[in-house]
Amino acid sequence: MTPAWAQIGNLAAALAFIFALKALSSPKSARLGNRIGATGAIAAVAIIFFSESNLKHLPLILIAVAFGTIIGFTAARRVQMTQMPQMVALFNGVGGGAAMAVAAIEFLSVGASNGFVALFATVFTIVIGSVSFTGSIVTFLKLQEFMTSRPVVLPLGRFITIGTALTTLFVSVYLIVSPEIWAMWTLVVLSLILGILFVLPVGGADVPIVISLLNAFTGLSVAASGYVLDNVLLLVAGTLVGASGTLLTQLMAKAMGRPLTSTLFGAFTAKASTATGSAVDRPVKSAGPNDIAIMLTYASKVIIVPGYGLAVAQAQQTLRELVDLLITKGVEVEYAIHPVAGRMPGHMNVLLAEADVPYEQLKEMDEINSEFSSASVAVVVGANDVVNPAARTDSTSPIFGMPILNADQAEQVVFMKRSMRPGFAGVENELLFNDKTTLLFGDAKDSLSKVVAAVKTM
Amino acid sequence: MSVEIALLTIFILSIFVGFEVVSKVSTILHTPLMSGANAIHGVILVGAIIVTGHADNNLELGLGLVAVVLATINMVGGFVVTDRMLELFKSKKSSKTGEKK
Repeated sequence: MTPAWAQIGNLAAALAFIFALKALSSPKSARLGNRIGATGAIAAVAIIFFSESNLKHLPLILIAVAFGTIIGFTAARRVQMTQMPQMVALFNGVGGGAAMAVAAIEFLSVGASNGFVALFATVFTIVIGSVSFTGSIVTFLKLQEFMTSRPVVLPLGRFITIGTALTTLFVSVYLIVSPEIWAMWTLVVLSLILGILFVLPVGGADVPIVISLLNAFTGLSVAASGYVLDNVLLLVAGTLVGASGTLLTQLMAKAMGRPLTSTLFGAFTAKASTATGSAVDRPVKSAGPNDIAIMLTYASKVIIVPGYGLAVAQAQQTLRELVDLLITKGVEVEYAIHPVAGRMPGHMNVLLAEADVPYEQLKEMDEINSEFSSASVAVVVGANDVVNPAARTDSTSPIFGMPILNADQAEQVVFMKRSMRPGFAGVENELLFNDKTTLLFGDAKDSLSKVVAAVKTM
Repeated sequence: MSVEIALLTIFILSIFVGFEVVSKVSTILHTPLMSGANAIHGVILVGAIIVTGHADNNLELGLGLVAVVLATINMVGGFVVTDRMLELFKSKKSSKTGEKK
């Protein structure tokens, strides 16, 4: 039996998590909120060491904790801000893996003796934890571009996935009815495969939503493991994350204009992307840095659309330099931030904040969209999908329905791009071929510094 | 049986609290919030420690230690990376009001 002081301590930790989530929803209190959450978590771990009776293997456990701390801390400190979404995905995945392992060990040691409901919770933890584990690893590979970010559609993929899901369900029921160890291992393997199959067909633009969903999944599996272990704190913390994560997933999907169902089940109907092909031989208008500099210097109003390519080239600082320069020349300049610019909602804000871009110059999509029609030039730096008019007009396009920035309504459009390669969603952008569009090919940082140099001479 | 009912009650109430606390989040904070929530489920470490501490054979012990390492990575990495993100938000604010450049 858990001593009373430990139960009170766990209650305090649970409250800390609630406050943390609440505080994280508002910019002013967010950082404090995160620290409150961390304090709660550390307290919870400390409590378990002192309150749980007869813990064996203590030295080994402490070594494992130290080892994990070093890995987690180093990874989190070293990761580039551009790569942060996949880092979060990976942290989420290992959490799911841990929950799965916890349930598996508990099953190995007590079997079915905890009753039907506990067995059900065990099965749930194993399945959902495993799906989250391998699913998150696949999202990591996609975002890190270790594999293609396009939807991967296996031949008969839909049938394989549904077949695997049904088999998993069957083994789950079998395990509850007849708790045998081999069935448990079979279930682990099936669920791990299911996680891979679940995420493979998801297209690049939808990956952030899937990360958020898998995050909620891990929360739920932690909650179920709390039931298995009769630990109220795990139950509460896991449920909080499961519920808030589900809501957050819906909010994100809404911000991206993607109904959640089409993200998840679009996977089953997805066809291999037909993006490339016709693109190569179509004429585009390209220009040198000097022409762009003239265009910008004599503009009255410029709207910058920053995208992930900007951050990859580490060009935020140079971009800011250009903007500052233009402002001193009397040009009105603003940044248009798409909700999912970068790789995730809010990611671009983080990236620009890193370059000390003043907060007031950043405009959210709803705020700025009406202003494009009065802008002389829209400069799209390292972005593509978020200004693709196909999202408005082409109902066959994979990004149809996603709200976009109306860059095409500006008098002129400048694209700074490395190549004609389509964006993360793998969709061709008609705006590139528009008459009022000028392209400046090259690395974003390189192009921007050339433009800055040219503007300075004017 | 009453223990199970109590747990069910806690479970359902927690769902509502979870929905409620994040219902007003702004788009800018979606990423940090997700990352913070991600760190919170790292408390599975508590579960990992419990099962590892009661492991009776090498299989359970080995698997348990792996779980402890994974859960710790989730928890520590999650909170640290969230803090790094939010640090940027804060510096932005202080450069706006505090130090005038």
